[in-house]
Amino acid sequence: MFSASAHTQYRFPGGFHPRDCERTKALTSSAPLTPLAPSDRLILPLTQHIGAPGEPLIKKGDTVALGQIIAASKAAVSAPVHATVSGVVTDVAPCMLPTGVAVPSVILDNDHENRWDDSITPDPNAESRTPAELRERIRAGGLVGMGGAAFPTAVKLNVPQGQTADTLLINGVECEPYLTCDHRSMLENTNELLDGAKLARIILGAKNIIFGVEVNKPDAIKVIRDAIQQRGVKDAHVAELAVRYPQGGEKQLIYAATGRKVPIGALPVSVGVVVLNVSTTIQVSATLRTGKPFIERAFTVTGRVCEPKNLVVRLGTLLSDLVDACGGLQPDAVKLVLGGPMMGVALSRLQVPVTKGSSGLIALDPGEDIPDESPCIHCGRCTRVCPMKLQTTMIDMYVRRRRYESAKAAGVMNCIECGACTYVCPAKRQLTQMCRVGKRMVPLLVK
Amino acid sequence: MQSVTLKGIHGNWNASPSPHIRDNVTTRGLMRDVCIALLPALACGVYFYGWQSLRVIIACAISAVTSEFAYQKLAKKPVRVNDLSALVTGLLLACNLPPTAPWWLCVIGGVIAIVLIKQIFGGVGQNFFNPALGARAILMISWATQMTAVMAAQPGVMTGVDTVSIATPLAMRYVSEPTPYTIGQLFLGNIPGMLGETSKLALLIGLAYLLARRVITWHIPVTFIGTALILFTIKHGTIFDGSISGVVFSSQQALYQILSGGLFLGAIFMATDYVTSPIHPLGKVVMGVGCGLILFVIREFNPAYPEGCSFAILLMNLLTPLVNRVFKPKMFGERPAPKAVKKTGEVKSVA
Repeated sequence: MFSASAHTQYRFPGGFHPRDCERTKALTSSAPLTPLAPSDRLILPLTQHIGAPGEPLIKKGDTVALGQIIAASKAAVSAPVHATVSGVVTDVAPCMLPTGVAVPSVILDNDHENRWDDSITPDPNAESRTPAELRERIRAGGLVGMGGAAFPTAVKLNVPQGQTADTLLINGVECEPYLTCDHRSMLENTNELLDGAKLARIILGAKNIIFGVEVNKPDAIKVIRDAIQQRGVKDAHVAELAVRYPQGGEKQLIYAATGRKVPIGALPVSVGVVVLNVSTTIQVSATLRTGKPFIERAFTVTGRVCEPKNLVVRLGTLLSDLVDACGGLQPDAVKLVLGGPMMGVALSRLQVPVTKGSSGLIALDPGEDIPDESPCIHCGRCTRVCPMKLQTTMIDMYVRRRRYESAKAAGVMNCIECGACTYVCPAKRQLTQMCRVGKRMVPLLVK
Repeated sequence: MQSVTLKGIHGNWNASPSPHIRDNVTTRGLMRDVCIALLPALACGVYFYGWQSLRVIIACAISAVTSEFAYQKLAKKPVRVNDLSALVTGLLLACNLPPTAPWWLCVIGGVIAIVLIKQIFGGVGQNFFNPALGARAILMISWATQMTAVMAAQPGVMTGVDTVSIATPLAMRYVSEPTPYTIGQLFLGNIPGMLGETSKLALLIGLAYLLARRVITWHIPVTFIGTALILFTIKHGTIFDGSISGVVFSSQQALYQILSGGLFLGAIFMATDYVTSPIHPLGKVVMGVGCGLILFVIREFNPAYPEGCSFAILLMNLLTPLVNRVFKPKMFGERPAPKAVKKTGEVKSVA
């Protein structure tokens, strides 16, 4: 039933192979995950997820324990935030997120005592819990998707009534150049990865587990396969995928690994699949077994830093502390990107915290700076690489002329903002940015 | 949209929207590749018709590039001569002129192509006719004598040749049947014709280069030539009667039609122009088939005009915006209820 062939049967439409993918990943792909000692001061935004904002549960001057809930919301789609060190709340005030938006945040001074909160209790027999109990522990643990979208994991693992999920798909694609923290997590935390996948499968009531990994990580494919065999995990296998950006996109990965197309406007569960990122899966295991909430994550610091590293960092650690831990920036660094080079956000300052959805910090040199735009020559490269098969060049024209009805009709709302069109454009046009503008303007202006 | 430098606390960091890395393909690079791909055909033009061909090539190139520069300066637009698109237009125009074309014809052609057909409509990316072909059509109508004054090919004889007007293979079929040309001559280009159109071998080398460099896709050249081949085969009942060389070659077979005139030049270099051809693969196929069909109709049903390639492409140029609208790809997941969905717990792909 399971062929050993190195290729998947399916390939998502569009996409491309980033030209420096191997070179840039090699900077850190053999750098082991290294825990970073928590800083003296951390900034914890009270909203680090998609959904309802968190309300503070502590006030200025309070002493908090490690793992104590400091913000939560009663809304269905939300995730609590925990103290990631023990210490004193210096202030509750708006702080800048990497995206440039100010949100209420807790400024926490570390007392370096690592006092764990009393509520944290290990659970030796998580398997015997009901799915609802497991989901509640995941919700209380503050888990969100760690691949970037930061959607609350407990909500994702709750299959809507009338629908079933037969397949749990673990996203180990990490298709962005430069980033390797998921790759290292697969190599170093293989047991937790398998355990988390088995527990998530119980919650979903699914039959199959598929680990989607690109063939440029043969070591990860091997260790996961060996671990599946050693532990005798049933109905679990690794889908070896061709190296192609943006295969880590949820719909693209589902198609590449299972051949199922998620209809426009529908959730993956409508085709019986739920996708979890590898880091999230590992955190599922940690939270359900040890009771420890989501307080730290794997994080790649790479590019033009003196010592590129893979770190395990407490949430709330300032990016400037991470750069210092990597020996500082090289003199030719001109741009700092939080996340991957294709979808990440360029930072205007480093005094911003690591949040639940951020996976890496990349310092880029002038050689990778953005060239000026020139007129579109209608070569069609953008539509060829678009994983959603949109007419990006038309959307670009519509948005610039403020023809938002036409942009909507051309499908701008289905853009996943992967950046593929802009990457390949010979005229260097800001196609993705125009799609973003369209996605923001259409709901406001088009009925 | 240039990158903006913002003052941070640590220093100045460039801030711009993602993606932060780019492919190294540029408009200039693509245009340079088209110029390189044209070199074999241009070299054949010089080899078969002497130095006067080189004079035509240089006059067209200078005229096109200068027109672009002058127009952009006068219209106070950004000067984009560096993207080499005007040079491509100039070289393509030269390919579409007779090697005997006087210098003033070349200059007028370059000005018409750049100013009247390209820049007036907004410059690169905005014109709806292929500039070189549009210019050729206007020259053809205005100076028919000069535009049809083709000469016999004299390989390697570079100078001192008296220009002898002679019938092209496509016109020859009305003069003598079977024609004096062999299939080898038609393929190598040792025949009278426009400067860059006669050597099919050189044009195919250019095609191979363009495909290898991924400048164009196979869709338009293959469907254009393929459609013409099928239609002429149906008309004449035979593709090729078997005589390779040294034997007179009857025009009453499909291969004669395919290897004559501007079909290869048009299918490889003119109909594949990004700006004036459809974006999507299906649209490109429509373009190729449409061009082949119109070419066939003009050549077969209009004895007054033996060649039909330019007008076939120009007509399809006009249809391109419509083709782009009608033959666009479906969005990913646009059709609901795909067949692959089975909620039986079976996973279709396994590795």
